[in-house]
Amino acid sequence: MAGEQTMGNVQAIRKPAESPEPFIQLSDVGLRYGESGEGVEALRGLSLEIAKGEFTAVVGPSGCGKSTLMRLISGLTPSSAGGVLIDGKRVDRPLKTVGMAFQNSALLPWRTALENVLLPLEVVQPHRRDFRRNKARHAEQARAMLAKVGLNGAEGLYGWELSGGMQQRVSLCRALIHEPEILLLDEPFGALDAFTREELWDTLQQLWLERRFTALLVTHDLPEAVYLADSVHVISERPGHVVHTSHIDLPRPRTPEICFTPRFTEYIHELRSHIQRKTPAIAGASQ
Amino acid sequence: MNRHTAAVMNKLSPWLATLGFFLIWEASCRVFSIPTFVLPAPSDALAALIKDFDGIWFNARHTLFTTLCGFAVAIVFGLLLGIVVGASSAVYRALNPLLVGFNSVPKVALVPILVLWFGIGTVPAIITAFLVAFFPITVNVATGIATMEPELRDVLRSLGAGRIAILTKVGLPRSLPYFFASLKVAITLAFVGAVISETVASNVGIGYLMMSASATFLVPLVFAALLVIAAMGVVMYGITALLEKRYAGWAMRKRR
Repeated sequence: MAGEQTMGNVQAIRKPAESPEPFIQLSDVGLRYGESGEGVEALRGLSLEIAKGEFTAVVGPSGCGKSTLMRLISGLTPSSAGGVLIDGKRVDRPLKTVGMAFQNSALLPWRTALENVLLPLEVVQPHRRDFRRNKARHAEQARAMLAKVGLNGAEGLYGWELSGGMQQRVSLCRALIHEPEILLLDEPFGALDAFTREELWDTLQQLWLERRFTALLVTHDLPEAVYLADSVHVISERPGHVVHTSHIDLPRPRTPEICFTPRFTEYIHELRSHIQRKTPAIAGASQ
Repeated sequence: MNRHTAAVMNKLSPWLATLGFFLIWEASCRVFSIPTFVLPAPSDALAALIKDFDGIWFNARHTLFTTLCGFAVAIVFGLLLGIVVGASSAVYRALNPLLVGFNSVPKVALVPILVLWFGIGTVPAIITAFLVAFFPITVNVATGIATMEPELRDVLRSLGAGRIAILTKVGLPRSLPYFFASLKVAITLAFVGAVISETVASNVGIGYLMMSASATFLVPLVFAALLVIAAMGVVMYGITALLEKRYAGWAMRKRR
């Protein structure tokens, strides 16, 4: 297969000697929207490796195809060139072991917070088959999860009764309740105020430290990327590809004080210097 | 005005407005001494209603029955068609011109054809009520399903959900407010359809009663029949509104 050949080449060139077998591997991936490939070219020649249990962030100018990258990994959009491998298997249909959260919390408005968190268990196999029988246990699990993110007492509230930050917490719980191996986050805190955002960084870090899922965070907030991630990849302008990777070597758990350390600032400077902005960016073009 | 009286006014306003409407009507008829055979005053219509109550009630019951039959068929058919059209953009594209074209045909024009097929009486009235009422249901349900947020679809697809699961977990619940909104329109349209068909081709029902009453210049009786239809329409609308509140109340945010 052509995809596997390319993958072999890229592996030889790019794979850092010390890292273990990558869990997620994108090799020379390209993506062009439109039915016969005449549309916008979102990604070209993008290669990326993510180890199992690693927290990775992807940053870049607006409209560089960051969100597209997420859809590629989850299998929601097939790539037009190159290959996406997860755990050695080629992704050609939507994965079933992925949790997702978006800038818009995408809660179901007719469900309470608790019922929203339970949604994946009603849909994902093998939980789906036994959902009714295990409902009490699942509800307990969901309640514990909500309590963990600081939402005890909010189980019975509907989305519109919750603040933006609380909605995102529910959304995080929903993305993780079925214990997916991969968590994909598309600017999940983008619409929140600065204080709420920092609180949620800690919530997310806490969850990750406990469960060690493989996380991919798409963001345009450099401090957020550095605070949360083990490695941060900078994507170029469209058609997007990786132009720089920083490995963030800061101790965990990271606390808000770390944002004021010189090393933190250095990382941010380093990343910023690699973000190209030829033309004034059109805000929101990536959505 | 303090908050308490404001709340009372809020509750009373629909009754006051209706009462005011009838008072102005009554007063105009008397002040301008409009002849009863042109525009009877509400009191004349009410008198006719009381006088011929048995006859009116018999016909009104029949109209209510035909309307509800047509409405029920419209709900089932409209819902199913709406789901199919909303869930598949291919079906939507294929059927859209047909649906719009069909809806543009005046349904009165179809009544003679229905009479040709089914004879005079209840069946054409039921079918007309159905034909007039199903379209808004279909359009609304289809809209509710088709306008699903892409993020929601992504969340479900990334959980391995197929089309059916996406439809039952998100599409259908999400389209419920649209569905109930359309019921409120559809029930009043169903009355229109049934009465229209009865005026053209029936020997029973409010429509028939109005036709025969106006043929003999019993104009107060015509208006009495109109009032009865209006009242039935308001009651049925109220029932669908209650159902809406019960089953799609989440879409109507309360201020807390």
